[in-house]
Amino acid sequence: MSKPKVGFNWLASCGGCEEAIIDLNEKILDVVAAVDIVFWPCAMDFKKDDVRAMADGEMDVCFVNGAIRTSEEEEMAHLMRQKSKILIAFGSCSHMGGIPGMGNFFSKDSILKNSYQESPSTINLDGTFPQMETITPLGEVELPEFLEYVRTLNQVVDVDYYLPGCPPPVRLITEALGAILENKLPPKGTVLAPDKALCDECPRKETKPDKMEIAEFKRPYQIIVDSEKCLLGQGLMCLGPVTRAGCEGVCTKANMPCTGCQGPTSRVQDYGAKALSGFASILTSMEEKDVEAVLDSIVDPNGTFYRYSLPSSMMFKSLGA
Amino acid sequence: MHNEPFEPRIVAFFCNWCTYTASDLTGISRLAYAPNVRVIRVMCSGRIDPQFVLKALRQGADGVLIGGCHPGDCHYQEGNYKCLRRIKLLKRMLAEMGLEDERVRLEWIAGSEGDKVQKVVNEMTEQIRRLGPLRLAPIPVPHELVEEELAMAGAEEA
Ligand code: SF4
Ligand code: SF4
Repeated sequence: MSKPKVGFNWLASCGGCEEAIIDLNEKILDVVAAVDIVFWPCAMDFKKDDVRAMADGEMDVCFVNGAIRTSEEEEMAHLMRQKSKILIAFGSCSHMGGIPGMGNFFSKDSILKNSYQESPSTINLDGTFPQMETITPLGEVELPEFLEYVRTLNQVVDVDYYLPGCPPPVRLITEALGAILENKLPPKGTVLAPDKALCDECPRKETKPDKMEIAEFKRPYQIIVDSEKCLLGQGLMCLGPVTRAGCEGVCTKANMPCTGCQGPTSRVQDYGAKALSGFASILTSMEEKDVEAVLDSIVDPNGTFYRYSLPSSMMFKSLGA
Repeated sequence: MHNEPFEPRIVAFFCNWCTYTASDLTGISRLAYAPNVRVIRVMCSGRIDPQFVLKALRQGADGVLIGGCHPGDCHYQEGNYKCLRRIKLLKRMLAEMGLEDERVRLEWIAGSEGDKVQKVVNEMTEQIRRLGPLRLAPIPVPHELVEEELAMAGAEEA
């Protein structure tokens, strides 16, 4: 049997997901031995035309990381879909919108204005803004369009599986590759990670209080963190209870509260709404007059609870953005 | 459709023990109120997941009204306090996302306060009528799916 043909591609991405593939370390050699990499623009010399030349469905599997913000990313998402049998959304950005997804809190115009004019480090006396077409002495050059908002991969094309995480943990990538090679993939649409909360596999689990009561949330710089005890129990905003497991607590092991990159379990539709619900309920205030003060200890609730998932939320974006 | 006046659609979540009982009393007392609310009975205001509120807004409600027992009166001791913290936090977040404050409203209404149901529903209906319909950005769907739906719609018409 010939080796399965595999592609990797990045869209609106920071490059961290590509790094995660490199983090397979020597296991990457097994991957290379087992599969034929036919597209990987970040690491090898492939061009768009190489994909265009492929027959439809020629790639057996394609991993796509990053969200969709530009017309070029949209085009590439369609191309990857067309040319692969199995399309896997790789990482929080393609799964739920991820960090670039927070762009949906703002309008396209305000983002461009901020980046090209208003930010303190910008000096733009000529008021230059990116143009899709520019005439230069050497001819006309083109840029992709910066679209109105950020979309997840499955808001642009049909997606078969999701590898969650920012970036996905090596263990989950290895398991997914194994399942592909052994032809043991679960039903279409599955998130390829355990369907339980992170607390379940967190090394601090034993010290998690039975009845969680928080008088006020603290930020890591405000306390000396006990490196054994449950972070939420210490008053830190640890999103472990509402976040899917699979990372084995890489962050919580390093004294860093979970920020929710793996998204929700399958029972939850809107990660941010579910998270705000859980954290509002464990605050201890009873009197109506105290509520505002305890809620003030949740700094930037939208940025905290929708950090990775705004485009996949029920709001999708801010009104008027 | 075009020139019809705008009639707000309000989804109301009322707790079984206080506000839902109150809304029964409103009826028994023959106190008429705006027909714009669709009441969903839940056992406790503490059962109201913020996801319910968002889903109602996403699926076409112009506003969401939540009714629970007065502080101290919760049948389950503290469900309404949880509800208060959740809805206040949700409202903070939605305000930052540009939603008008009047579209999500929390009221404590005891079983004996049939007249309060009337007052709150009428008031909220008028406020939302003034604001106009809620228009959330549609959630994008893959082009293939859209094309499939169009094909299906075409087949139905034919
Ligand atoms: S999921 Fe995280 S690591 Fe991957 S591209 Fe997005 S921000 Fe980067
Ligand atoms: S530290 Fe966070 S993830 Fe670990 S048990 Fe506590 S709440 Fe859960």
